[in-house]
This record gives sequence, C-alpha cells and structure tokens, in this order.
Amino acid sequence: MLKHQVIVIGGGLAGLRAAVESARLGADTAVLSLLYPVRSHSGAAQGGVNAALANMPECKDDSPAKHAYDTVKGADFLADQDCAEILTTDAPARIYELEHWGVPFSRTEDGRISQRPFGGAGYPRTCYAADKTGLYILHTLNEQAVKLGIKVYNEWAAIALASDGALNHGLVALNLQTGEIASFAADAVVFAVGGAGRIYKRTSNAMQSTGYCLGVAYKAGIPLKDMEFVQFHPTTIVGTNILMTEGARGEGGYLLNNQGERFMQRYAAKAMELAPRDIVSRSIQIEVNEGRGFPEGGGCVHLDLRHLGREKILERLPGIRELAISFLGIDCIEKPVPVQPGQHFIMGGIDTDKDGATILPGVYAAGECACVSVHGANRLGGNSLLECVVMGQRAGAAAGKFVKGKASAIKEAVLNDAAKKATAEVEALLKSSGKERLVNLRDEMAQTMTDQIGIFREDKAMREALATLHALRVRYRNVGVDAKHRKFNLDLLRTLELGGMLDVAESIAAGAVARQESRGGHSRLDFKTRDDANWMKHTRAHYTPDGARLTYTPVTKTKWEPEERKY
Amino acid sequence: MTDSIKLTIYRRDPDLDTAPKYQTYEIQPEPGQTVLMALYHILENVDKSLAFRASCRSAVCGSCGMHINGKNRLACETQLAPLGNEICIEPLPHLPVLKDLVVDMSSFWRKYEKVRPYLITLKEPPASGKERLQSIPDRKKIDDFIDCILCACCHSACTLDAWSDGYLGPAVLAKAYRFVADTRDEGGAERLKLVGSEEGVLRCHTIFNCTEECPKRIPITFGIQEMKKKVVWGKLTGKM
Repeated sequence: MLKHQVIVIGGGLAGLRAAVESARLGADTAVLSLLYPVRSHSGAAQGGVNAALANMPECKDDSPAKHAYDTVKGADFLADQDCAEILTTDAPARIYELEHWGVPFSRTEDGRISQRPFGGAGYPRTCYAADKTGLYILHTLNEQAVKLGIKVYNEWAAIALASDGALNHGLVALNLQTGEIASFAADAVVFAVGGAGRIYKRTSNAMQSTGYCLGVAYKAGIPLKDMEFVQFHPTTIVGTNILMTEGARGEGGYLLNNQGERFMQRYAAKAMELAPRDIVSRSIQIEVNEGRGFPEGGGCVHLDLRHLGREKILERLPGIRELAISFLGIDCIEKPVPVQPGQHFIMGGIDTDKDGATILPGVYAAGECACVSVHGANRLGGNSLLECVVMGQRAGAAAGKFVKGKASAIKEAVLNDAAKKATAEVEALLKSSGKERLVNLRDEMAQTMTDQIGIFREDKAMREALATLHALRVRYRNVGVDAKHRKFNLDLLRTLELGGMLDVAESIAAGAVARQESRGGHSRLDFKTRDDANWMKHTRAHYTPDGARLTYTPVTKTKWEPEERKY
Repeated sequence: MTDSIKLTIYRRDPDLDTAPKYQTYEIQPEPGQTVLMALYHILENVDKSLAFRASCRSAVCGSCGMHINGKNRLACETQLAPLGNEICIEPLPHLPVLKDLVVDMSSFWRKYEKVRPYLITLKEPPASGKERLQSIPDRKKIDDFIDCILCACCHSACTLDAWSDGYLGPAVLAKAYRFVADTRDEGGAERLKLVGSEEGVLRCHTIFNCTEECPKRIPITFGIQEMKKKVVWGKLTGKM
C-alpha cells in the first residue's frame, strides 16, 4: 500500500497549486494524475487570468471589490458573495506569485504585467501571456512541483475513495501503464480533476475532460452543487469546437451574422461582443435559429479579426491564428473564422466551502471540478484560471493543515475493502459478456446533452433527456469491454469513465429540470426570467442508485442586492 | 465518395509479443479528418485493443507525438488528406514502447529534471510584493522557447539522443535555454555548468533534426548553440 499525507488527484493548475501549497507547509504530498501534469487541459486556456492589478491607464481605479461585483453580477447573483470577495481579494497576490515563479506574462511599456479587456468586466483586468496563458502557467507550476520534489503518480486513474462515512482514508486507483490496481492511504485527498465537457457532443474541452472523477466523489456521498449551470463558450471553431479565446473579442474582434451585421448590438448594446458568455452564446444561437447564421457545422457566425491588422494578431493572438489555420485552413488575418457556441465549463461541481473542504472530512476539491460557489450561474472569462490558483492554494493549505502534527487515523481495513470492491468491479468489466458497447452509450449521452440540456432548455425535452439518461445508466450495467489486455487498456479506462460521466450527466439534467427559472447559463424557454423569490438558492445533488436526490441551500449575500443584468 | 485509405499502425504489447507487428486498417476518410480522429475511429469501431495517448486535440498538451510517414508530428493537428492513401503510424523513435503507440517517457522526464527546470532567483522579489519588471524587448527574447509543450518530437528525432542514454537532448536543452534567456533568471552560470558538458550542449552536432521536427517551430538548435557559445567562451576565459 502506498501512503502519503496528502494526495492531490489531478495535475492541472488547481492540482499543482494545491500540491505546491501543501508541500510548502511540510506535508508529504503526492499528485496522482491521469495525464502527465503538463498534458492537463489547463494548458489549453488561452485568454488570461483576472486580477485587479490596475496596471493599465484605463483601470487606475480598479479594485478587488469592483472585480467581485462584476463576478457576482456575471454570476447572475448565484455566487456566494463572500466567496467571490475572497477570490478577487486573493487574486493579486496569487498572480504576483506566479510572476515570481517565472510565468512569462506579456508586459506593459513600463514592464509590468499587461492586462486586456474581457467579457463582463468593468476594466481591462485580464492578465495574459499572448494567447497561451494557461499553457505558460501550467508549465510554470509543474516546474515549481519539480523544484519541491513533489512525487507524481503519472497516468493513474482514481476510481474510488476509501471512506467509512465519517472520515476518508485514501483512494483506489488504476495504473494505466501497467493495468495494476492499487490503494493509496492518504489523510487528505484533494480533487482537482477539471471539467466534464465530454459529457456533451459539442465541447471545447479535451478528450480527457470527461468529468468521471466528479462521479467518484459523488458516489462517496459528497454532493455536487449547481450542476445545471453549464457554460457554453460563444466562439469555438466550427466542427472541432476548439476554443477561439474571448481575448480575440477583448482585442477588438467582431461577431458578424450572414448579413455582415454586428448583431450583438441587439442583445448588449453597450458591451457588444464583450457581454458575458451566457449572453453572447444565446445571441449567436438566436441568430442561427432565426436564419441569420451560416450553415457550416449545423449553424455558426463569423468571428472577424481582419481589422485588427497583421501585427496585432501576430503579437497578441498568435495561438488562435495557428489553430484556425491547422484545423480550418483559414488565416484570420485574411478571412473571418466560422464559430459556434460549444460546452466550455461547468460552473457546478463538488460542493466545497471557501477553503475547498467538502462535507466528508479529509476530502477537498478545487478548480473547475469544485463549486465554492464563485461563479454562480455564469462564469466570467479569466476567472477560471484565477479560481484554480486561488482555490488551489486555499485547498492545499487546508489539506496541509488538516494533516499537520496529527497522528494518522487511517484504517487499513477501510482501504482494503475499497480496493477489493474496485478490483472486483474492474475484473467483472473485463470478464463481462455484456451486450452494450461503450461508443453507443457515450454518443447517445453526449448527443442528448447537447440537444436537450443545451443553451436553451424547456421542460419536455429535459424530461425526455432525463429518461434517456436513466435508461443509459441501466444499459451501462450490461456493458462489455472487448479489449482484455492490461497495459494502456483504453477500452477499459473509457468504460470506467462512462460510468461516472452518466452519473454526472444525470445530476446536470435533474438539477435543470427542477430549476423553474432562467439564470445565467440555465436558460429556459418556458420560464424566461430569473425568480429570486423562489430560486436564489444552490442546488445540491446527492447520489442515489436511482438518480440524484436534490436539496437546496441559501446563497450568501454580503454587499450586493440582485439587479437586472444589463450590459 | 472519397477513396479509402490504408493506415498501417505499429502494434506491440511487450508482455505478449516478442517483436512488433504492423497492422493495416482501411478507413473512409472524412473531410478535415486528422490522424488522431482516425485513431479514435479505429479504437471505437474497429480494434479496441489499440493504445495511443491523446488529450487536448488542439496541439497544446503534447500527448500525441508520433512518427507519421517518417516524421515526428502531433497526430491531432496532422490532416490525413496531404499524407496520401497509405499512411504509416509508429511510436516516437528511440524510446521504449509500452504498448503500440505509447512510449515510455520516464527517461525523458528524468533528463528534464536534471537541468533545474525552474526560474532561479537570488534577489528577493520587489518589497511591494508586486511583479518583477521586465521590458517588452526582454520578454520577447523567450517568445519562441516558452512555447515548448514537451511533446518529445524533437527529443526522439535527435540521432545523438539515440546513441547516448546520458545526452540531455534537445527538448531539455531548450527548456534550459528558456531560463538562460529569461532576464529574470539568475541561475545562469549554474545552469550553464549543468548543460556545458559532453552530455549537454557540446554533444549537439547541429544536424537540425530537432528544429525541423518541432511542431511548434521552436529554433531549438539556435538555443543550444547560444548556450554552447557561452559555455565555450566561459571555458576559454577560465570562468567555467
């Protein structure tokens, strides 16, 4: 049995930041990651990370409080305001720290960190490094983890927690490289497993952003919060749905319909293309639905950057230019890029407090997989990398303190039981002669989510989706794995993942059907307005074998009364 | 309808096979389809025992470096169409194979850790707690080298790497140069010592394989030679 005081699941931004903090506090810390850490999807984040540094001439009077207000308003008033304030107050220190560790931020004329405008923000507040901010921060944090000598278990998939209900004792994981299943004793476990985009058909997320690991926490009795709030990014490349950063609009890019019209003037006359993502995505979808889109990829609009000029594009947006050339054969210096909304982010996630702690002692979560809540019903661009470093630091500190100077209370029997159970499940899958096949179930789930729990929602379609997901969960019990080899068995891994994905998808659908209002990313055709009297509350989905059981908790308000969101 | 194409893929499970075999799959390519999407098509519909690495599918995570028609490339950004009707896909050369297209990267990461791959600073950051200042031209000096995604395409294209277990190789040297060229870094002399040996920059024969096969078009050979100049000058002047 392997043993560490703190094990962080996931080697992306939040995971590495948590591990660095816990290790700095002196805790024996390890990272267990499905991918080599630098392969994590944090690296695909492009546009930047928000902090009220007030570095630009236009933002001299910016402050963490203004950043918090923008975040709360962007969240359609579902964020916990105390948590939003923590996020924005901690932000400058976390960003300066990244700079001290070597992140190559783009610079102002006087050598400070440069900032660009982003959607839903009152000031140019997004610190950036060209359009590869996530890549550079991810590699820098990996470098810090190397410097601290943090042990990394590369290419391991966590498959179960070892909990006795009162305390968590560690986890069970599958070594992808060897096929072996091992248990890890850990006094504290931090989930930092990223997003769940692959539950949807159209997503900007990586192939490995399946979200199955949220299911691992969920099944261990930890609620998932606000799962119905899913963000669709307005500008993903038609077909592959690879991200075109919001920074493209931050730098002045236009969105055009098939009339050549900047249609955002009808939906957000002041902010135009820089309205928050939920609003821009809905606007694009309306244009497409009403016949003003282009036909490619089932409907799209154009992202036009030509007027920015060659020099600015090469300096500020070189990465997305390369992407559009590689994947569409279109050079954005010369032609507009066809884009459409695609699933991008889950505002919801593993329910945590402001220090990343879950209701299960010894278990923490941070980053996209967690829900504090700082993003409420809609996340602002530039706040996700921020959440990773702020909440990663806080969760790592909390885990480090939780284990410090305490005799380990790990019960090996609990771990052994969990390992036995997980091993039996995997062996059963490998031996199963079940008739159902991964690819069919997975495609049906993803198509259902995109078609029926997408940008616009209504009762009937959502109920059908919920029924489909229930049926898929039943069919999943009869799934068979064709590949029987041990090393790098992708068929096995993907089948295991699908189990968790179906649970997570069902929690999204259940929360969405129940919430009879429109708020942020949850936009209903049958309940078109926000209903603060009845629905200003967080959804908590509790796992049961028959599907999510929902409860609700209040939203924390500090300074700001809910108001209409106009941009 | 487009003609079908043949993908010939290197297959090996070292637990079972004493030698690799090449298996050919015939597929109907779709417009715009990449090598990676073709591999997923085979995995999902034809042969579920196939193993390969992938994640971001947008050329930024570095997982899917492979040897495709004789050249190291990222499978995710490599379109099928220009490759012709017969495509050969093999694992990255010069690294042990774990299964099919999945190579053992452990020696690569061990070498990476040898060059102290992190910013070394001796002076404290500004007392204000704010950022260190760096001019726009200074920041530009590392523009190319910070783009490295550690995919190991260059590493396994280097013929010198193949000859020597000890040679740090181009990717690791490029990482070292990323810090040597960063005006904020103060570990210069120490880092040049780490790379200034037979197992480091002195072994580079300027064959340029690394630069030619880098999917991010990083001028790796340039970085290695810049460090070599400093090392040689240091030795000539007795400073190293």
